[in-house]
Amino acid sequence: MSSLQSTTDEVLRLAAEHFKVPREQLTPDDDFFKKLGINSLQALDLLTRIEHHFKIELPDYELQGVSDFRTLAERIQLRL
Amino acid sequence: MLDLREYQSLGEALRAALERWPEEVCLIEADREREKARFTYKQFKEAALPLACAMQNAGFQTGTRAAIIMTNQSKWLISAYAIFFCGGVLVPLDYKLTAAEQLHLLAHSKAEFLIVEYHLWRAIMQADGFKNLAARVVLVTEAPVGADLGAAKRWEEFKSDREPNFVPRSRQDAACIVYSSGTGGQPKGCVLTHENYLEQCMALTALYPFWPGVRYLSILPTNHAIDFMIGFIGPFTCGAAVVHLRTLRPEYIREAFTRYKITYMTLVPMVLKSLERGLRQRFADLPKGRRAILNTLIKTNRALTRRRPNVNLSRRLLPQVHQAFGGELRAFFVGGAFTEPSTLQFFYDLGIPVGNGYGCTEAGTVITVNDFKPFRADTVGKPLPGIAVKILNADSEGIGEVAVRSKTIMSQYLDEPEMTSQTIVDGWLLTGDLGRLDAAGHLQLFGRKKNMIVTEEGKNIYPEDVETAFESLAVKEFCVFAANYLWPQRSMVGEQLVIVLHPEAGKAINKDLVDDVAARNRQLTNYKRIHGYLAWDRDFPLTASMKIKRGELAEQIRGSVDRSAVVAL
Repeated sequence: MSSLQSTTDEVLRLAAEHFKVPREQLTPDDDFFKKLGINSLQALDLLTRIEHHFKIELPDYELQGVSDFRTLAERIQLRL
Repeated sequence: MLDLREYQSLGEALRAALERWPEEVCLIEADREREKARFTYKQFKEAALPLACAMQNAGFQTGTRAAIIMTNQSKWLISAYAIFFCGGVLVPLDYKLTAAEQLHLLAHSKAEFLIVEYHLWRAIMQADGFKNLAARVVLVTEAPVGADLGAAKRWEEFKSDREPNFVPRSRQDAACIVYSSGTGGQPKGCVLTHENYLEQCMALTALYPFWPGVRYLSILPTNHAIDFMIGFIGPFTCGAAVVHLRTLRPEYIREAFTRYKITYMTLVPMVLKSLERGLRQRFADLPKGRRAILNTLIKTNRALTRRRPNVNLSRRLLPQVHQAFGGELRAFFVGGAFTEPSTLQFFYDLGIPVGNGYGCTEAGTVITVNDFKPFRADTVGKPLPGIAVKILNADSEGIGEVAVRSKTIMSQYLDEPEMTSQTIVDGWLLTGDLGRLDAAGHLQLFGRKKNMIVTEEGKNIYPEDVETAFESLAVKEFCVFAANYLWPQRSMVGEQLVIVLHPEAGKAINKDLVDDVAARNRQLTNYKRIHGYLAWDRDFPLTASMKIKRGELAEQIRGSVDRSAVVAL
């Protein structure tokens, strides 16, 4: 099983790829809505990509109240 | 459809619908690509009545208040029908609120029964204030085996085989208490009567009819007044079907159109815009020749449907576009926030008219909607049949506050007679929105008179509700405002919140304070966050009870500084 650190790294890489921003601009504590300038629908799109990558299923409500990469990675880690 | 003039209550009308179309499908619940449940009207009744009976056995009486906190799913509607069947008052709460906010509204509503999804119940049990929860019966859906539910019971096991007693209600009795704001401050619980809903339903279905075979895709939260009406009461009283999708992922929404041959769907501008972007991208990716043909066909469709929509013609002209939406789509409805005219026109030109509407919970959902006679992208349409709209204190351009009078207006704000009398004056509901009625009777909106914002997701955010996040901030006083309230502008887009900070005497706004504001801001749900702060060096005007006189403070600020003084967080 991956560590939280490696899961967080993967989430950052996927987000950078998905929204076409340099990976080094993103940090685990970034508010992804603000940093990427995205809305909740775009965040759900990212979640779908993350699910495919980790081969897990995250209900929409898991993203409720989550706005930074670190917490998102923690939610993913719980399902790995 | 049922002739709703014959019915006194939602319970009575829904009961008649379940008898009238026993073999028609009324409800489908899907999660991603999986269909989880499907009910005919007869099966829906068979699922709801044992629940109603068990509720009555547990002491549910006429007028008992019962809250539902659930995502869109079949158990939401089944539970709601059971509540109405028992003569209860439904309190639909927003599942997206925090557990603390939900507890605040549960306490205010005095709900005795609570029906809630497991993951939400888990959060409520862990929240501060849980010990004060007054609901005496809690039913939890979909709890895993062995889960700790506290004193709550499993919804799936809460049933009785005896015949429940149907409890009639009168048209003037309360049907629902719907909170339009007040999650952090003073709750605004709109008490909507059975008449409010029956009248609204008649008015809407007169313009946009449902019938057996129609399928409505429900993605807006059912606790929201729009989906409750158009995604439950409307279709059910016409023998139509509701399709619940338990995810908002764009890819699954697209799939649902084709899988379930959707006829109507209501969405917020953000989702409509996302669909538009996706289609525009697909059109742009076409080879040049095919793109040119498509553009010609779109122009032809636009010319031929200029006076009114012609769905059959549009489907023949643009078959691939319509097939991508399942081939049965007749219209979208959009509301809850401002929609750009170019987006409305884009879909209309494809032969998918968008009923752009305007409304508010206090008015029982919809006030105006486009009737497509002809289509107009620049307005929010005309008042629904039976609804009177007038403009108060209109300026030289005819713009003033929108006021509404109809049988759909709520009876009151729960336990708030003063607030009610300020909002409903001589039978007219004062909306706080600024608008103008044109010569054709269409309403155009130009901004707000009230101190609040609406996000592109259709969320109404009131500054008072956000202020609790900043309590005990290291300043003398603070106040949150909608920027457009401080500095009015005739726009319905890009609305933002601003916090006004008045530091203690002799102190300045330093980095620690700004960091604290930013950190607290991050704790708020993303759409509730404030945009920036404004430094203020004078005492706030206060009432005798030490409350901030917001209007007066806003005037002082307006007279001293402009928007450029706001520092972004």
